[in-house]
Amino acid sequence: MTDRLSARFATCKSQGRAALITFVTAGDPTVADTPAILDALVEGGADIIELGMPFTDPMADGPAIELANLRSLGSGTKTKDIFALSAAFRQRHPDTPLVLMGYANPMLVRGSDWFADQCKAAGVDGVICVDVPPEEDAEIGPALRGAGIHLIRLATPTTDAARLPAVLSGASGFLYQVAVAGITGKQQASQAAIEQAVGALKKATELPIAVGFGVRSAEQAGAIGRVADGVVVGSAIVDIIGSHGDAAAPFVKEFVAALRSALNANSPHFRETAA
Amino acid sequence: MPDTITLPNSLRSQPDASGHFGAFGGRYVAETLMPLILELEKVYKEAKQDPAFDAEFAELLRSYVGRPNPLYYAERLTEALRADAPEGKGAKIYLKREELNHTGAHKINNCIGQALLARRMGKKKVIAETGAGQHGVATATVAALFGMECKIFMGAKDVERQKPNVFRMKLLGAEVIPVVSGSQTLKDAMNDALRHWVSNVHDTFYIIGTAAGPHPYPELVRDFQSIIGKEAREQILELEGRLPDMLIAPVGGGSNAIGLFHPFLDDTDVKMIGVEAAGEGLEGKHAASLAGGKSGILHGNRTYLLQDEDGQITEAHSISAGLDYPGIGPEHSWLHEIGRVQYMPITDDEALASFQKLSALEGIIPALESAHAIASAEKVAPTLDADQILIVNLSGRGDKDIFTVASALGVEM
Repeated sequence: MTDRLSARFATCKSQGRAALITFVTAGDPTVADTPAILDALVEGGADIIELGMPFTDPMADGPAIELANLRSLGSGTKTKDIFALSAAFRQRHPDTPLVLMGYANPMLVRGSDWFADQCKAAGVDGVICVDVPPEEDAEIGPALRGAGIHLIRLATPTTDAARLPAVLSGASGFLYQVAVAGITGKQQASQAAIEQAVGALKKATELPIAVGFGVRSAEQAGAIGRVADGVVVGSAIVDIIGSHGDAAAPFVKEFVAALRSALNANSPHFRETAA
Repeated sequence: MPDTITLPNSLRSQPDASGHFGAFGGRYVAETLMPLILELEKVYKEAKQDPAFDAEFAELLRSYVGRPNPLYYAERLTEALRADAPEGKGAKIYLKREELNHTGAHKINNCIGQALLARRMGKKKVIAETGAGQHGVATATVAALFGMECKIFMGAKDVERQKPNVFRMKLLGAEVIPVVSGSQTLKDAMNDALRHWVSNVHDTFYIIGTAAGPHPYPELVRDFQSIIGKEAREQILELEGRLPDMLIAPVGGGSNAIGLFHPFLDDTDVKMIGVEAAGEGLEGKHAASLAGGKSGILHGNRTYLLQDEDGQITEAHSISAGLDYPGIGPEHSWLHEIGRVQYMPITDDEALASFQKLSALEGIIPALESAHAIASAEKVAPTLDADQILIVNLSGRGDKDIFTVASALGVEM
């Protein structure tokens, strides 16, 4: 299995910086607009792409991503479109890891084997399923692992030391540290709390640690990038798409470039490549 | 997951240790909520073993809720149906009078139980979702009783169509939060309640209103509502000296129905019908998850859901706000699959007719939810022998629905 995720984290580490992980919702505002937005993420300097699978009932998301879900579904996005977007992305960007993120029902409605096969065929590297905790791993874990797709688990401020081994068991790709007990894009965690959480996780796992939920600015991303292996930014990008619609790509690229600069600034060795 | 074939001889021992009823149930929640759900499970197990918990629950049901409520022989309804039935047909219909409870529905049974659990866990804030407003009122009531801060999430559409209950909740000291996302009904209220909960897990207890959601909610809501079936069982044995032939109850999430059914599940001669809301009919907009849906994952459990081929949840419709939900409790999905309970769809129009019929014949205005069960009884009773006994769960009173019914009948108020 070609492991784009570990290769990318290794590259970032060798450059002395955290990986920039960016989230957008597939089909927001329309399926036709998504390729340009995904390209803008890559051109702006994103290392890993999280592509949200829209769902009618995104319980773990705040208003920004909830609205993105509704915009996407409202414009008619289907699951087959998401796999087509993924496969086309894989053609254009052979080395950039692509992770699907979403809720269990759209992923599992045709069975976990079907979903895992589709992911594999489309060149998807990993899956984050928000509402399948380790206790329900049997629903999705075996099928993904069998297909060589990483199941990326989430650790949260409520995940205590006793529970962490269960979260880590079967986790691969990277560990997603949810910075706040809450929904996406709302509250922000203090830098001290993030540093403490990342420190605790690093003692428990060799997996790269990526921090997300509530990361909205380049300054914040830079600060988190000093302690974590990856920084996830979602709602702030999705807000730009919400404001600019089908003309969002250049604004997305500009914002992502600023995030990336903040991460680069942490690196003593980083050499700016020609744009 | 357990195979139903390997289950023990009792149908009353579900769920299994991981919260599954056959292939349904489970704990499909964000990681942030998992530790709290596990803690709730632990606390509930301890409470079940604690005679003091049980005693306090029983005493509040007696002195505050007004239990036991009667099992009433609806003689005029029975006779009216016999009049049109073939000779010797027309079962004797009893009504379990949950509508006589404090706050006018079965919902309070569960709220008392969960508030006791919240207090046991040291939580001083409670939240709830509500559709018709009955569960919101019941939650606001127990929050007042226990001195807890209370927030009720209610779809903006339901806020509009259930104004009296909104005012009741405010009188009781609760904050009512209109939910404007999605279809602005019960499922969206539940989404926003979950969003609030995940952000406030440290001090907030979520009082889920029906026998659904992540384990252990379906189990504990069922247990608290089982008082309905336990009482009905004792009462019918006293009145008739034998068990009933059939039980009928309306099913949205299905807490009143599972409360009535569960104590009878191992009585194989007792047939059961759960009544789903067929709205405009199964070909049109409806809320019948078993008749028109398939297995999926929403709001913390695997169960039957109304959904499209991509797993997107489709909007439910019922004239009854309490049944206007695209899912059903997981234990009902299991009872449906193993065939222990039959589920029957009843349309808006049929429920409206029964709403009026019961009011005129028995002087009891049923909730629109309960009117669905009455409509089912009207269909089934004439097919049963006159010496057979049928118990219908009159889960709530209809005062809250008079505006909806008047509008549906074209009456200006």
